[in-house]
This record gives sequence, structure tokens and C-alpha cells, in this order.
Amino acid sequence: MADLEELYRGVILDHYRNPRHKGKLGGDHIHAEGNNPSCGDEFYLDVIVEDGVVTEAAMQGQGCSISQASGSMMMEAIVGTPVSQIRDLAQKFRLMMTIDQGENPVDEERPGSVLGDLEALQGVRKFPVRIKCADLAWTTLADALDQAEALA
Amino acid sequence: MIDLSALRADFPILSREVNGKPLVYLDSAATTQKPLSVLNAMTSYYEQSNANVHRGAHTLAAEATELYESARNRVAAFIGASPSQLAFTRGTTTAINHIAYGWGLNHLSTGDRIIVTIMEHHANIVPWQLIAKYTGAELVYLELDEDFGVDTSELASILDERVKVIAFSGMSNVTGAIGPIAVLSEAAKSVGAISVLDAAQLVPHTKVDVDELDVDFLAFSAHKMLGPTGIGAMWGKAERLEEMEPAEGGGEMINVVERHSATWAPVPHKFEAGTPPIAEAVGFGAAVDYLTAVGMDVIVDHERELTAYALDRLSEVPDLTVYGPKDVTRRGGAVSFELGDIHAHDIATILDQDGIAVRAGHHCARPLMKYLEVPATARASFYLYNVPEEVDALVASLNKARSLFGLA
Repeated sequence: MADLEELYRGVILDHYRNPRHKGKLGGDHIHAEGNNPSCGDEFYLDVIVEDGVVTEAAMQGQGCSISQASGSMMMEAIVGTPVSQIRDLAQKFRLMMTIDQGENPVDEERPGSVLGDLEALQGVRKFPVRIKCADLAWTTLADALDQAEALA
Repeated sequence: MIDLSALRADFPILSREVNGKPLVYLDSAATTQKPLSVLNAMTSYYEQSNANVHRGAHTLAAEATELYESARNRVAAFIGASPSQLAFTRGTTTAINHIAYGWGLNHLSTGDRIIVTIMEHHANIVPWQLIAKYTGAELVYLELDEDFGVDTSELASILDERVKVIAFSGMSNVTGAIGPIAVLSEAAKSVGAISVLDAAQLVPHTKVDVDELDVDFLAFSAHKMLGPTGIGAMWGKAERLEEMEPAEGGGEMINVVERHSATWAPVPHKFEAGTPPIAEAVGFGAAVDYLTAVGMDVIVDHERELTAYALDRLSEVPDLTVYGPKDVTRRGGAVSFELGDIHAHDIATILDQDGIAVRAGHHCARPLMKYLEVPATARASFYLYNVPEEVDALVASLNKARSLFGLA
């Protein structure tokens, strides 16, 4: 039960039920879509990147609390943030999601407060089959940022 | 009545623990657990008789062939069929693909129609989409009535000589609803179309007799009826099998091979290209022996009783919605549901912590989920080895999920 309570912390359920930056962007923007066919989770992302900074972003999606909360938290973290910083954050997030394997040195390098609310997702590590849920928004974001860089 | 504790002792996996709790296996619609008799039959085949079938003069080859063909005889007898009309396939999906490519590709053309129902598994949709694409035929859907059954009231308006195939499920893997088999097989006959029955859920959970069903083709899988994965069966009416081309070519399925042509082995061997899954066939035979020994009538009664109990207990859980017929004579033991705003995957994770295995997601039936306007459901499904206490465990764990998500 302790693992479950860590997995479903209040902040996760809050983001799940009240996703931030929900919607679509008008005008010129980059669009990326991600889905997990095996479970049906979907994530749609619109971003505007200007001078190497994500100036606006909006998300839509449906799926489990982990996939949607991860997306909502990610949105808070990326709006107004330079792409280089976002890439760094994404890497730290990946690291946090690395399956806990006891003496894995990755554990000691696990990032601290830089992740903010996103840290609430670390309980997911104890549920390896759910890591792909937490990752969905971030793989979609990587696609959007790659598109932005290709255009720049 | 089944002696459930004796029966459960036949299934070694049922005595294991998951996350420190006794396993509560409620995912038999995905795949069933296997009794010792099936495991032993397969082990004994490999330990004593392993050889390739149909082409060796030595003793082991003869024994393997005898075991393989004996399995065919028993699986065919299980559905009231002649073994000469039953081909082993990799499973239901492969069987339907054989029918789609072997019959559909050679009998359909532009403007023809294939009727399917909205409650089909992807295995009975995607092969027909492919055949429609290759032939120019059109896929037409029957939708559902208010109690999750297939609505056949509009059938007359779409039924004409353009219809060449009516492909439908005997029992939904999502809602548990039993399909209108007699209505659709009659409809097919009335316009000279073939009827194709996806019996992946039907054969394991009801007493099936192909003469009574009177469809042209029927497909099912061993692993959903106590047998191993990797084997299933395609049954067809003799004249349909004769007019079908083989969808796969290779060894075993030929009569004479020349440089530029070949002739086929007689039905059903013309559909069994390459070395077949022999040990799996042996296991399949042992599985139908087990089901026959328990008795399909007894199994049907047990599942109905358990499903009725589950529907009753689930109705006590606040915020829970079941997607499926309420009348247990119109359904099988697959029970799909939603619980408030808790996503099916979150439910499955929470239940798993209590050792309870359920399915979550689209259940390979995305068009049905879209039609029902649900993103995903959780599904508990029952078989002969499940007991009422497992339903109680399910309900207790669902209440725990409600409390974790602040619904209680």
C-alpha cells in the first residue's frame, strides 16, 4: 500500500484531474502526437519556439493518471523555458525514471529539486510497466523539439 | 457441481503468490492457465516421441504423427466436427487470415461487401480491411442495441447480392455479449455469402456443435481453453475448404511440386504449410480432454453463476459502470467496467498490488471502445477455476482504488 500511496500522491491526482495548459494553439505552431497502442494513452502537444525558447505550449490527451499528470507537470516546466534547459530537464527526468536496481550508481546522481513537481513521479519507478506512461509526454516533446530544431 | 478445490489443484500456477498475495487470476479472456495434464502431455511428447510428423518411416515419426492426428480428432470431436475439416493454425488470428486470404482474396471484387460487427476483436476486422483494400470491396458495420447485443434490425437494408462475407464474433471479448449467430448465418445463406464465426471466446465457454451453428467457417485458439499458445484451429464446411486457396505455401501442404507449379495436399493438410506446432497440438488435445472430463454443461453453469455473482457484487461499488449485458444467459464471463474517473490502467496497477490480474485498455477492440465512447475499460474475466471469493477480493480492491483516488 505504501508504494501505491507514493505512486498516487495528491499532486499527481491534482494534475490528472486539472491538467495545466490544456487546449490547442492557434496560428503557426509545431504539433506532435504520441500514443501507447497497447494501453490507449494519447498525448497531443502544440508548441511555439522563438529564439530557442518555448514561448507557448498546449496539450490534449487521454489516458491514465500517470501519463496525463506527467504531461501536465511537463507543461508547467517547459513554458517560458529555453530549449537547451528543457533537453537537460528531459534527461534528468529519464534518469529519475530509470528502474531502481539497488546499487545502480544512477541512484546517487538522481536529480534533486530541479525537477520540482515532477519529482512526485518518482514512485513510478517501483512499477516498471508504468514507466512508459510517464514517458509518453516526454517522447512527444522530444519529437516537437526535434521538429523545431529542424525548422530553425 | 465442480469440486473447485480439487480442480484448482490441477493448475499449479493458481497456488503462487503475486506481490505477497495469493494470485487471483481474472484474465482468462486474454489467456487461460494450464492444468498439469496439458503440461505433462507436452513434456511427455518431447521426452518420449519427439520427431517431425507425416514424413518419416521411423518409429518416433510414426508416434509423433499418431499423436498429432489424434489431437486433431479430439479437437474436432469437441466441436462436433469431422477431423478432415479441421486445420491447425497458429491461433484464431491466423485462422481468420487464412479465410480472408484463401477465400476472400479469390472470391471478392470491387463493389462487393464484407459485413462485420462493431464488437469485433481486431483479429476479425484488420484481415478484412486488408482484403477490402486488395479487392476493392467495402467493409460495412452492424452496430449494437441498447443491451450491448448486435443490432440486426438494419440488416435487411444492407443485405443484397453484393454481400459476400459476414464475419462476426460468437462472444465479445469486451462486453461478453453472445453474437446473433443464427440470424447472421441465415442472412449470409440468403444472399449466397459466407459466414465466418470468430469463436475464440465461444468455444472455450459454451458447448459448440458446428452442425447446429451452421456457419461456413469457425476459428478458435487453444490457449483460451486451457491449451498452449501457438496453436488454434480453422474449421470449414467441406465445399468451402475445397474452393479455398492455401494462404501459405511450403512443405507438408503439397502433393506434387514442379519447377513452376504445384498441386495441393488434400484438405485439411493443404492449410498446414511447414512443420506444425506438434507439442502444442498434443497439449491442445489434452486441453479438450480436460474440458470434456469436467463437462461443458457444468462449466457453463459455473461461469453463469459466478458472472451473476460478480455483476451483483460490482453493482454495489459506487461509481462503477459495467459495459455488457445484464442477463447472464446472453453473455459470457468477460466483465468490462469503468470506475469513476480512475483510468483502467491505474485500476489494473492497484489490483495487481493485491495479486489480482485483470486486463486494462482497448482489449484489441478499438472501434468498439470508440463506439461506446470510453477511452479504455478494465476487464475481469472468469473461467472454470475461478471462485466467488476471488470476486470478493476484486470488489475489496476496487474499493481500495476508490479510496486512493479520493472517491470514497
